[in-house]
Amino acid sequence: MMAELSQWFGSLPISLAMRRITWLVPMLQTLHILSIGFVLSSIIMIDLRIWGVSRSGTAIARGERFMPWMWTALAVATLTGIALMFGAPRSWRDGAFVAKLYLMVGATAATAATAALPIMLRRNQCGGKDAGVPAQLVGIAALALWLGATLAGRGRWIAGALGG
Amino acid sequence: MKAFTEFLHWVETTPLALFVSQSTYGFSAIDMFHIASVSVVFGMIAILDLRLTGMAFSDFSVADLTRQVLPWTWAAFAVAAITGGLMFSGQAVKYSVNFAFLAKIALMALAGLNVLVFHFITYRSIAKWDQGVPVPWAAKFAGALSLVIWIAVAAYGRFTAYYMFP
Repeated sequence: MMAELSQWFGSLPISLAMRRITWLVPMLQTLHILSIGFVLSSIIMIDLRIWGVSRSGTAIARGERFMPWMWTALAVATLTGIALMFGAPRSWRDGAFVAKLYLMVGATAATAATAALPIMLRRNQCGGKDAGVPAQLVGIAALALWLGATLAGRGRWIAGALGG
Repeated sequence: MKAFTEFLHWVETTPLALFVSQSTYGFSAIDMFHIASVSVVFGMIAILDLRLTGMAFSDFSVADLTRQVLPWTWAAFAVAAITGGLMFSGQAVKYSVNFAFLAKIALMALAGLNVLVFHFITYRSIAKWDQGVPVPWAAKFAGALSLVIWIAVAAYGRFTAYYMFP
């Protein structure tokens, strides 16, 4: 089913037009990679405060500081990603791409939870080192899931290696 | 130049290079980690660059932000350099004449120079502009240059692959 969907995507006029502009796909891929970098770095910066590696400010303030960057970057990554489904439609064919979409959903939820947990647990002592163990664990999960999604995004070879 | 080309030919015959060029999935697996680590390098450096240029995070201490950002940047850069080196070794001669690749390497050298100047000259007066005051123009310039260079490095990295495997 995915293979047919991919072929149909590739045959659309917009897909053909995009591939005729030779620099468009690598340009979109560059934007995609850079925005993913912002997503990963935002969650790393929030995690560093929540883990207590950094003690400056409060965990809540750190979340408020970086979440807007995270959401904006995620929006850019999603939009360029959707555009790339037309410009380079082969990605629809393999399981790694589908796995990436699931990982993204989990990672987004975990990231939102990482920023929200200190607020819910009322951990806003100024300079306090403890954002709470639940937030620390969810923060690790969020980073792991984002890294997983990033790797799976480039992992179309995995399906081939596994004989898919 | 001839000796250099011969050297690159020799690089391609080393066992690791042969693994990269001959194995069915070796290159793609390495490439996967290259892209992921490059994105982390860019994201972490960009946070510091945005602070230096004054575009964002002005309430953070520059020294504190640097302490948080740099370990992740260097760790990710190490992964990117190793995986990049491996991919290069597989087809060293072809990369050495790829315009986008050469531009990328030249820009990274410029980024390195920028870091050296910033670290050994501009950063020495950090105590005066660490927090709450505007950063000096030299630091603003270093941040802006770094941001532009790394965006271009990422773009040339992508175009390298496009010229190699059209």
